[in-house]
Amino acid sequence: MSSLSTLTLALELAYWQQTAIAVILAMVIVPTATAVIVQVFLFKMMAGMQSRMGPMDVGPYGSLQLMADGLKFVQKELLAPSRADKTVFALAPVVALIATFMVFVIIPVGPNGVASNLRSGIFYALAVSSISVIGVLMAGWSSANKYALIGGLRAGGQLIAYELPLVLSVIGVIIQAESMNLQDIVAVQHSGEIFGWGGIGNPFLLTQFLGFGIFMISMQAELNQPPFDMPVAESEVVGGWQVEYSGLQFLFFYIAEFGAAFGFAAIASTLFLGGWAVPFVDLDAGIMHFLGPVVLFAKTMFVAFLIFWVRFTYPRFREDQLQQFAWKILIPLSLLNIFVTGVLKVVID
Amino acid sequence: MPGPPKPKVPGLVKGLGVTMKTLVETMTKGSVTNQYPHEKEAPAPRARGVIALKSDNCTVCMLCSRSCPDWCIYIEGHKEKAPPRREGGKTRTVAALDRFDIDYALCMYCGICVEVCPFDALFWSPEFEYSEPRIADLLHDETRLNEWMETVPDYEPYESGAEVKVKKVPR
Repeated sequence: MSSLSTLTLALELAYWQQTAIAVILAMVIVPTATAVIVQVFLFKMMAGMQSRMGPMDVGPYGSLQLMADGLKFVQKELLAPSRADKTVFALAPVVALIATFMVFVIIPVGPNGVASNLRSGIFYALAVSSISVIGVLMAGWSSANKYALIGGLRAGGQLIAYELPLVLSVIGVIIQAESMNLQDIVAVQHSGEIFGWGGIGNPFLLTQFLGFGIFMISMQAELNQPPFDMPVAESEVVGGWQVEYSGLQFLFFYIAEFGAAFGFAAIASTLFLGGWAVPFVDLDAGIMHFLGPVVLFAKTMFVAFLIFWVRFTYPRFREDQLQQFAWKILIPLSLLNIFVTGVLKVVID
Repeated sequence: MPGPPKPKVPGLVKGLGVTMKTLVETMTKGSVTNQYPHEKEAPAPRARGVIALKSDNCTVCMLCSRSCPDWCIYIEGHKEKAPPRREGGKTRTVAALDRFDIDYALCMYCGICVEVCPFDALFWSPEFEYSEPRIADLLHDETRLNEWMETVPDYEPYESGAEVKVKKVPR
């Protein structure tokens, strides 16, 4: 979306034209991001970590595997259980997908490259990402299936439990940046100083390392990635709330899951790794219009790599361990982080 | 009672190291995967692929056929008069093989027939590519079973100092 605002400013497009462009871009960017995440990490990196090759037959090095998979999903019949609540059942994947789409709106990728430069950007992102919980609960309840219900309730409990440390860990960043706007947060990190040394700016990873750790762990849980995949544990609840879904509806959940992984990784790299900015390059320099998206993409892929590295390494948490970890460890730690950040902010400034 | 010794590296970090090491090894040295239809797989020499028959050694004793749990070996034979071994001896009676079929659609590769054969007529071969579009074609007749003999590998030598000499595969 980098050139979107620039483009619309330059061409003076009508509102409906801007909207049309935004919709088309969203339709392209979200599935592409999902495809990149799945292809690079789920197929190839996971294969590498298990000494396999991953898909190799469709296209060079299996690069077109997702086309085949997508086509397969499109071809399949949309089935619904006879006792299911048909309307809610059909709406649930859409609700989950919408939440993913809406997160992408506020991610800045360049000096002008943000679809909607909200003043409360990060608040909006965290609020919107919680909508997917509703979609999951809808799917779990309307499927008329015990596994779906158990999985949906587990997902609801887990997402609510880990939403708290996720939000609380971001507050440290907000205190340090004195803004909730993502563009401001990027600018503060670029011009920041660490104890008087402003060489590479101050990516909040360096001062908010505790917040970064908590954010990454809660993000892992928010995205239902192992080791926090109790709600979709295939050996216990055979896919949780997804158990009755087929075809395009399942694909929607799939895109929602891995598209959200990309979106959250982009937000994490914006909050903690300096976003689209590069040290020593002026924020308003013309080259940043083109370099910014590339830099942000690289950082996003790095964060996504961390997510999937953890995903492929650890076994699954038990349900009670999972809840205890959130309430007894992560939330107190993130409160401590806020406290220390607040005190230091007052003392140093 | 002392607990187990504490690991030097925390297990969580160690686990990340293991997966990363595997990833680097796979990227640099290649994976252990064999792209089977594109490249031939080399089965282990003692793999149970197909059973080969050496007809010359077969005496139609029917032991293999009777011991087969699936009844997938079909043998027919008859007695023949053969000239005496030495000058002036009696004419001998030998068994001649008329039919020796193994139905690989029924065979479960237990290998009892190979074990039970007292005259070294049956052998394991590691060849495994003999699938057929029609199930009836999985019945290998005597000629086909004899052809498999070419693929039977030699017995592996015993370890040094063994008193028994290794058997030879009749060629």
